[in-house]
Amino acid sequence: MADAIVAEGLVKRYGSVVALDGLDLVVPEGTITGLLGPNGAGKTTAVRVFTTLLQQDAGRATVAGLDVVTDATALRGRIGLSGQYAAVDENLTGFENLDMVGRLYHLGKKRSRERSRELLERFDLVEAADRPTKGYSGGMRRRLDLAAALVAEPSVLFLDEPTTGLDPRSRLGMWDVIAELVAGGTTLLLTTQYLEEADRLADQIAVIDRGRVIAEGTADQLKDQVGGERLELSVGSARDVATAGSALARLAIGEIVVDDRGHRLTVPVTGGAPVLVEAIRLLDGEGVKVLDVGLRRPTLDDVFLALTGHGAEESTTGGSAG
Amino acid sequence: MNGFAQALGDGAVVAKRNLIKIKRVPDLLVFSTLSPIMFVLLFAYVFGSAIEVPGVDYREFLMAGIFSQTVLFGATITGSGLAEDIQKGVIDRFRSLPMARSAVLVGRTTSDLVNNALVIVVMSLTGLVVGWRIHSSVWEALAGFGLLLLFAYAFSWGMAIVGLVVRSPEVFNNASFIAIFPLTFVANTFVGTANLPGVLKTVAEWNPVSAVTQAARELFGNTNPAVPPPDAWPLRHSVLASLLWIAVFLVVFVPLAIRQYRRAVSR
Ligand SMILES: Nc1ncnc2c1ncn2[C@@H]1O[C@H](COP(=O)(O)OP(=O)(O)OP(=O)(O)O)[C@@H](O)[C@H]1O
Ligand SMILES: [Mg+2]
Repeated sequence: MADAIVAEGLVKRYGSVVALDGLDLVVPEGTITGLLGPNGAGKTTAVRVFTTLLQQDAGRATVAGLDVVTDATALRGRIGLSGQYAAVDENLTGFENLDMVGRLYHLGKKRSRERSRELLERFDLVEAADRPTKGYSGGMRRRLDLAAALVAEPSVLFLDEPTTGLDPRSRLGMWDVIAELVAGGTTLLLTTQYLEEADRLADQIAVIDRGRVIAEGTADQLKDQVGGERLELSVGSARDVATAGSALARLAIGEIVVDDRGHRLTVPVTGGAPVLVEAIRLLDGEGVKVLDVGLRRPTLDDVFLALTGHGAEESTTGGSAG
Repeated sequence: MNGFAQALGDGAVVAKRNLIKIKRVPDLLVFSTLSPIMFVLLFAYVFGSAIEVPGVDYREFLMAGIFSQTVLFGATITGSGLAEDIQKGVIDRFRSLPMARSAVLVGRTTSDLVNNALVIVVMSLTGLVVGWRIHSSVWEALAGFGLLLLFAYAFSWGMAIVGLVVRSPEVFNNASFIAIFPLTFVANTFVGTANLPGVLKTVAEWNPVSAVTQAARELFGNTNPAVPPPDAWPLRHSVLASLLWIAVFLVVFVPLAIRQYRRAVSR
């Protein structure tokens, strides 16, 4: 299978700020790649280079086999972009916005209209179709902007934080649309700060921080990278903490972390559900009063924290210019 | 479809989009005509009695000047419109589409030309109300209006460059205000150049705005053949001078504006 997006050593500087610092990325055709990173990581900058809005200072990139610098015009005919901030014209109606984009993709008058109506239907904007978008809610604009990216049925689609600012219901709706699209064969590069979104949608995740990819793989691979399963339990008293600790020492494959104040223990283990059953049997045998117990895998949050040294949503790096 | 036809088609799509805005936000047109109407009234009634122009009635003299000033202000919409589009991310959308690189600018300048034509109609009616008359043939009068509009069109490409560089409609509006006032006042627009002091007189005589104003005045028949224009080449050959200025503006501004557009990315 060919690669839809290839980046080799992309560098982009803004004065002294290095937005991209040797970014390497490969997105195979027909897959979803999630670009995950804190504020200022360089996600938007990368998307801008791929969509020919910005020229890199060094390195090279191709999209659909076309170079972003030398084949820019041909490339633009193959991609769709929905930027971080919805770029809809507020004086035009929803329909006029899409039709304008269709005409500029040179779909022809008839096809452009048909396609616009089709997309308005699909994004649940039929009722608002003939109203100026000035009166649209943030979520409606976002949906219209995504629709605009899809007008020409692009083979490679770029969505920069497509669900930021959407309510939970709209977000779920957007996820469905995105999943459907890719089932149709579109390649998608998606940036997000929501780990759940990357977990749910992406075939492959690239974690980026300070302009470079610091980890890559499926959500599972990334989770394994920061650590395997662990048993988490809370018990009734400080005395129980000590008893539980010695009872479970046999199952632990690493150091048991004890939080005395909350009477909680975290025990790294391996072996899946049977370990959990065994643990409960051991604790019961010692008469430990267990309040809560569970077998947990690291979340992408843990991955993120472990890799970047800071959480996704509480990052302090740089401004949020995007 | 060949490249040129496609570029024109793309430009037309963008122009249509801008014209829809004029339709949806009519205040824009109202306000861009209100201030020149106010100028006509102020100059005609307040200054008109104090300003003497040899050989013609001041109101007749005044109108061509006000037309020039108005179309130049109209041309600044090109810059503020582009700056606004950059700010709102619309230019990013356009730049990601496989459309002609010139289309956004061609569309913008064209729709602003249409806007200026509408403003001129309103202004002419106001002028007729305060006593301005056209004394030439229909063809000459149309040539006069055409020349004013063409001049503004060429000028709007310059405004496009500034708008793309400053990228903020507010900054652009302040900057263009500061530039256009001297450009349209140090000229033969509201008073004759004859009594201006030394350097100012030369500047006024060679100001492109003076050439086009003089040309419009002559084409509308608002000059007195008994009183020849000042002895400066651009005013003696005002139509030719205006056409030359238009050509120079287009040759210089169009490529520069397109180059600047290619680089314009919102922050
Ligand atoms: N036009 C610009 N001028 C100067 N610095 C910029 C510009 N655009 C981005 N930057 C800087 O480049 C870095 C990367 O920015 P970018 O917008 O790519 O981050 P991001 O990952 O998209 O962040 P966010 O999650 O906030 O959208 C940041 O430090 C940012 O401040
Ligand atoms: Mg961003």
